[in-house]
Amino acid sequence: MRMDLIQPFIGSLDAVLAEMMNAPAHIVDMAMEPEGYRRKGLAALVVFRGQIEGRVVLDMDPGAAAQVASFLTGGEVNPNEPMVPETVCELANMVIGNAVTLLNDRGFQFKVFPPEILTQEQCEAAGQDSEATILCFETASGKVHLNISMQYHARRSRERSSVSVS
Amino acid sequence: MKQFEALTRKTDHQAVRYLVVDDSVFARKSLAKMIESFGGQVVGEAGDGCTAITEYARTKPDIVLMDITMPQMEGIEAVERIVQGYPEARIVMVSSVGYQDNILAALQKGARHFVQKPVKPDALYEIIRYVLNDDGVTAPIGAGVEKSR
Repeated sequence: MRMDLIQPFIGSLDAVLAEMMNAPAHIVDMAMEPEGYRRKGLAALVVFRGQIEGRVVLDMDPGAAAQVASFLTGGEVNPNEPMVPETVCELANMVIGNAVTLLNDRGFQFKVFPPEILTQEQCEAAGQDSEATILCFETASGKVHLNISMQYHARRSRERSSVSVS
Repeated sequence: MKQFEALTRKTDHQAVRYLVVDDSVFARKSLAKMIESFGGQVVGEAGDGCTAITEYARTKPDIVLMDITMPQMEGIEAVERIVQGYPEARIVMVSSVGYQDNILAALQKGARHFVQKPVKPDALYEIIRYVLNDDGVTAPIGAGVEKSR
């Protein structure tokens, strides 16, 4: 997967977590995942369509999500409270929104759809020939995973046209 | 959360009234908390553009905080419809997606300003002061601000 497309997501997650948890987050692992994504904690899914198409899953330890909710509401929030999954959705919205804004500034055109809470255990990749990258961040309250699966259409259309010419 | 000098309406010195529009309950709660720290009053909430239009007509707020990406009707279309009916409406777009095109479209439809999520309370406070312009004044921290019913 192209790192120039992934980098905005890393920067955005880092910045949003630092702001929302009032503490730094560190990236501890990065891997390619050929199969669909298996949910680990509380997860939200955001789909985008356009020159780049795909989906991003933000997956958090319930403790980390509860800490964000506590910080923003100013009171103690239990990881089992209904507002905690909502928090994950809004965080996903912020992370993906900030990342796609950077990509849009670089000339990529696409539309982002509202986040959805991921209730299934398993989530499929964005498409047959899509590549998925999983990033793992560590925070003081638990791990945060970002699974990015996307297809870059401009590249594919160029490949198709070069095949038809030869 | 930091407490700000209360923003009040110049005409009657009552709290500034807000309509908060966002499909995320969590985002609405977070904005409501900031509004409280500004001495403001949330008079209505909506989770999509259609509801925002009816809530605007019902509550006639001083300020609308409007998300862009929402189900059913997105924020930019809601801005256009509200401003058609109420040209004086003061709408601030609040979105995680800060494309130049999106911002421009919202401003062209009548939004007064844009703030990107995650929202920093200091930035939002200054934007609201700017958007209220001559119709808003500040009261010192701790001064009682009357809230309308």
